[in-house]
Amino acid sequence: MAKNWKEMNSGEKLEARFEKWLSPEGLDFKSLEAKSSYQRKIIRFRDAVQLDKTPDRVPIFPFYTFLPADIYGVTNEQVMYDPEKLASTWMRYLEDYRPDYYLSPALVSTGQALDALDYKLYKWPGHGVPPTSPYQCVEKEYMKEDEYDALIEDPSGFWTTRYLPRICGALDGLKFLGSAVENCELPLLAPMLIPYGLPEVQSALKALMKAGNAALSWVQHIGAFEKEAQERGFVNGAGGVAKAPFDVLGDTLRGTQGMMIDMYRHPEKIVKAQERLVPILIKMGIKASEMSGNPIVFMPLHKGADGFMSDEQFKKFYWPFLKEVVMGLIEEGCLPLLFAEGGYNTRLEYLKEIPRGRSIWLFDRTDMCKAKEIVGDTICMAGNVPASLLVTGTAREVEGYCKELIDTIGKNGGFIMSSGTSLDEARPESLRAMIEVTREYGVYK
Amino acid sequence: MNEELVAKISDLQEEDALRLAGNIIKQGGDPNDVLAAARKAMEEVGQRFAVGDYFIPDLIYSGTILKGIVSIIKPHLKQEEAPKKKGAVIIGTVAGDVHDIGKDIVVFMLDCNGFEVFDLGIDVPKQVFIDKIIETNAKVVGLSGFLTLAFEAMKETVDAIKEAGLRDEIKIMIGGGQIDEKIMNYTGADAYGNDALDAVNLARDWLMQ
Repeated sequence: MAKNWKEMNSGEKLEARFEKWLSPEGLDFKSLEAKSSYQRKIIRFRDAVQLDKTPDRVPIFPFYTFLPADIYGVTNEQVMYDPEKLASTWMRYLEDYRPDYYLSPALVSTGQALDALDYKLYKWPGHGVPPTSPYQCVEKEYMKEDEYDALIEDPSGFWTTRYLPRICGALDGLKFLGSAVENCELPLLAPMLIPYGLPEVQSALKALMKAGNAALSWVQHIGAFEKEAQERGFVNGAGGVAKAPFDVLGDTLRGTQGMMIDMYRHPEKIVKAQERLVPILIKMGIKASEMSGNPIVFMPLHKGADGFMSDEQFKKFYWPFLKEVVMGLIEEGCLPLLFAEGGYNTRLEYLKEIPRGRSIWLFDRTDMCKAKEIVGDTICMAGNVPASLLVTGTAREVEGYCKELIDTIGKNGGFIMSSGTSLDEARPESLRAMIEVTREYGVYK
Repeated sequence: MNEELVAKISDLQEEDALRLAGNIIKQGGDPNDVLAAARKAMEEVGQRFAVGDYFIPDLIYSGTILKGIVSIIKPHLKQEEAPKKKGAVIIGTVAGDVHDIGKDIVVFMLDCNGFEVFDLGIDVPKQVFIDKIIETNAKVVGLSGFLTLAFEAMKETVDAIKEAGLRDEIKIMIGGGQIDEKIMNYTGADAYGNDALDAVNLARDWLMQ
């Protein structure tokens, strides 16, 4: 790199990240064809996102969590507990369907770690929901209405001593821990250590060690999959993850109901808590993106969708902080990929505030034509083949839907073919139709 | 009718509304009047939601205010005749799916609009729906589901209702995350809704004929 990172502007940083993504260290491509296929897919992605050039064809990026398991008749429980099975099933899907971009099996997580922690935030296949079900979040007030100040004062401490003990039965003992910061002189050391002598705390630490072992063994399988997939010419479609600050509070801390009531009762605390979370979330996105050498930061959006709040509330509580995270990532040369689950029809004007050609928005039930008209010059659009169509529709119906997307939304580029939501299942012939019709009909002439 | 109380509740002025309700009771006012005002206010909230002035947070907050009012007047409330309901609706999230946010909002809106609602909760086996239809003689069933696995569970529930010989007597509506017309046809439901208001309108059309 000619320029020092700090001297680069955000565009130069993005280019540097693209370069790194195009020529990753430590990969040994299986063939010249695999290497050129890998690079072609990244250039296709870059052209679609940056809006300056029409790509060679519409990029193909089916979105999923447990989809490959369903296709090959493996249960979700199996892939959560058998990382070898997980990796081989995900690889089979890639070889079989050959999408341009994949999502990492890391999204499936590891059942052994959840068991070791007695994880309560989600029910997972075979544990509270059927073995064929995806994992499902259990919404509760894991943070109480009067705990905003504790979160704002010390997010890390709040997470360790209040949040984790509540969402993990085996980590209950962590609630006895004090702040490690208090240990700054010899006479202060012993008092800080006392809780670590308690059986409750030690039992929590043992559970963490057990879960850590599970995670370490699991990540070796995930890492091997990533390397193998890329060496075969497939491209990972998400290098890191971040969230909208409002959703961090609303999804798994206060819960939907609590959060909605807080907007009336504690508006200033919601704002302060989000201000506190913004830099943490930006760092979280950048860190994972750097580790994976992939500039795309996936951001699932939830509580800002149409109907979930008024425009006034969106403008005050949701958008400013989401925008800060998005801008923070863009400034560091990352590419936010925002999954706008539900409808975003009433929010489209806001998206114009994001710099042109620097983000991808995956739409679910948003009116694609309206979105193209309002923000087609600003963002790269992705979506939105409905799950209803992919799960119950025929290949012909899917083809028709995709062709229309290609003709209208894909016109002149700026579009990525995807499902409207993260798939846990699909009819194989319908999924194949979506991929193949795009491969043929999606070529730009 | 205490119009001031109606306005405070429907304008979501929680503190004022609770203070006012408390004062009325302290001064020996009739708790039934407070309840009537609260009911009128909730109708107003529903109206504002219907025309797009209010959104889901407003509904949830109004529900919280209502709970506060009820807890103030409850100790003073003599056994009163239950208000006449517009009809009964059975609601539940289908088997395998544990999501309840959308379902709860539908339940709340139906309740506000004067329907008697039997909320079966989440992950509801098909037989539980059937038992409840027989027990309550309700004529409308709402099936909720967020995940795609709900498509099949909804279809199985509709089929089971048919096999139990109850299908002709009842109307079935479905809703949630990925539910659309295609899934309505797939499951054999009578209608689908995009939001809680659709559910209210469907129930009204079916039960008020």
